[in-house]
Amino acid sequence: MKTGSSKPETGKAGEVSAWGVLRRNRMALLCMGVLGAMTLAAIFGPWLMPESASQLTANQFAPPSWEHPFGTDLHGQDLLYRVLTGARVSLFVGLAGAVISFAIGTAYGLIAGYAGGKIDGAMMRIVEILYSIPRLIIVLIAINAFDDPIKKWLSALDAPGLISYSRILILVLSLGLIEWLTMARIVRGQVLSLKSQQFVTAARSLGQSHWKIVTRHLLPNLVGVVVIYLTLTVPAVILDESFLSFLGLGIQAPQASWGSLLASGAQAINPVRSYWWLLVFPAATMSVTLLALNFLGDALRDALDPRSRR
Amino acid sequence: MLMVLFCVVSITFFLVRLAPGGPFDKERKIPPQIEKALLAKYKLDGTLWQQYTGYLGDLLKGDLRLSTKYRNRTVNELLAQTLPTTALLGGTAFVIATVGGVALGAWAAARRGTAEETGAMFVSLIAISLPTFVTGPLLILVFALTLNWLPVGGLDSPASLILPALTLAGPYVAYIARLTRTSMLEVLGQDFVRTARAKGLSEWRVVSKHAAKVALLPVVSFLGPLAANLLTGSIVVETVFNIPGAGGFFVNSIQNRDGFLLGGVVIVYCVLLVVLNLLVDIAYTWMDRRIKLA
Repeated sequence: MKTGSSKPETGKAGEVSAWGVLRRNRMALLCMGVLGAMTLAAIFGPWLMPESASQLTANQFAPPSWEHPFGTDLHGQDLLYRVLTGARVSLFVGLAGAVISFAIGTAYGLIAGYAGGKIDGAMMRIVEILYSIPRLIIVLIAINAFDDPIKKWLSALDAPGLISYSRILILVLSLGLIEWLTMARIVRGQVLSLKSQQFVTAARSLGQSHWKIVTRHLLPNLVGVVVIYLTLTVPAVILDESFLSFLGLGIQAPQASWGSLLASGAQAINPVRSYWWLLVFPAATMSVTLLALNFLGDALRDALDPRSRR
Repeated sequence: MLMVLFCVVSITFFLVRLAPGGPFDKERKIPPQIEKALLAKYKLDGTLWQQYTGYLGDLLKGDLRLSTKYRNRTVNELLAQTLPTTALLGGTAFVIATVGGVALGAWAAARRGTAEETGAMFVSLIAISLPTFVTGPLLILVFALTLNWLPVGGLDSPASLILPALTLAGPYVAYIARLTRTSMLEVLGQDFVRTARAKGLSEWRVVSKHAAKVALLPVVSFLGPLAANLLTGSIVVETVFNIPGAGGFFVNSIQNRDGFLLGGVVIVYCVLLVVLNLLVDIAYTWMDRRIKLA
């Protein structure tokens, strides 16, 4: 299983062979299909559904039927519609948060790894300290602190439509700001080993600038690792977001994400009467998405980096 | 380690204090004298710097101050009432996760290459991916509401501890099982195990005396993060199962802008984490003599 030397591959060759490995993995293909379908459904589904699906009606707590495949909720809204619009929010927050964490983590890891020595030591010490802080708790406090300022700032921008998105904005920013630690560590480790390779020494002896070495030689070799952890960060951020929304501290009504739908579903089951569909359908949708993302991340890791195969 | 605590305390203090809107903002305006008296009572007067140093001083004395929401109750009292519940839940989950995970992992390693192993590993991957706020309500729906085997919530009897503890431990049982299996397989292929086998030791002795000590090292190093995750996870599980633990204060204190209660919970959780991590480090050096405590 272990291959001895870490041969630096160029970005392109790595992708092609990885794609080959990935294509043979049926599970990974299935996951990609599921994720593609979920994304399309989230983007276009709510538009394709009849206008009545988004309306509040008197038909509350209707069990699943042909008309409402997922049933209806407390306000008589179609649950399928709610789950799909929730998917929009959850997927967007997951993706945007992951991209932010990717940008910070890659930059931080690159600088630390490339600079080396004392700078590297100090920067990684900071990461270690941040690691030991319970991060979601810090996010909870940050949401509490920045909610009003961001609302004020958005209303000062004179864009009334944006105010309802302030929570999403805070979530994306704060989750992006806490999820970069692992990315930074991995990128730094990779840069450390790449830095000592001969092609970097060659580039340096040719008198290339630091900027050129980083962008031309190091970054392309980081693509594989970074892509793997990007796919693994998306489900992590989705989880964090729904954790917060479940506690009622994330996305606020009337907007919904999977977490807040689950929260209302959990409240709708009790010994007297269980409206089970309010819980089961959001739970199933979210679980399938998270599973697909995690499986895909694992498959990608196997395809791109055989050494880390567990 | 003290550094970490200090950072957390400072971050919490400033984020809470700098946030607009104080704990006494009500619809009705309070007369200035009363407001002044309230601020003095809760030691919220003076400059930000004076408040900060004053707070740090009180913390050193072990005083977590008064809660601004639950009038006239100290944060120490509130935590003393609720922490044992959280500790019971977290402790049970901790035991389930480690014992169950190691047993499952060792079992899977022993049955390498069988369909059962593949099945167990697949199920564990699913268990890792499912968050507690999905599994918790689903478990309630099945075992409490449909089958009527176990209570729905609260924490009145040992039976009511089963579902929350299982919910909380579930993903980590799976994770530890995978961890144990991988490292067990790796260790069983090493030379010293072959030597032990060649000496004619029974398979049980080989695994329990020789292999286990090395194979469990990754599990031991995961115990620190495990404790952290269980603490964070208990916030959700306590909400789902309606358990009167300290985790509920997190949500409440943020919604009520109860700064000192929030600070108190954060500090206690962090102290717990730091201590647990230290214990894990000590256990690690004790198990693996190659490592020296730095």
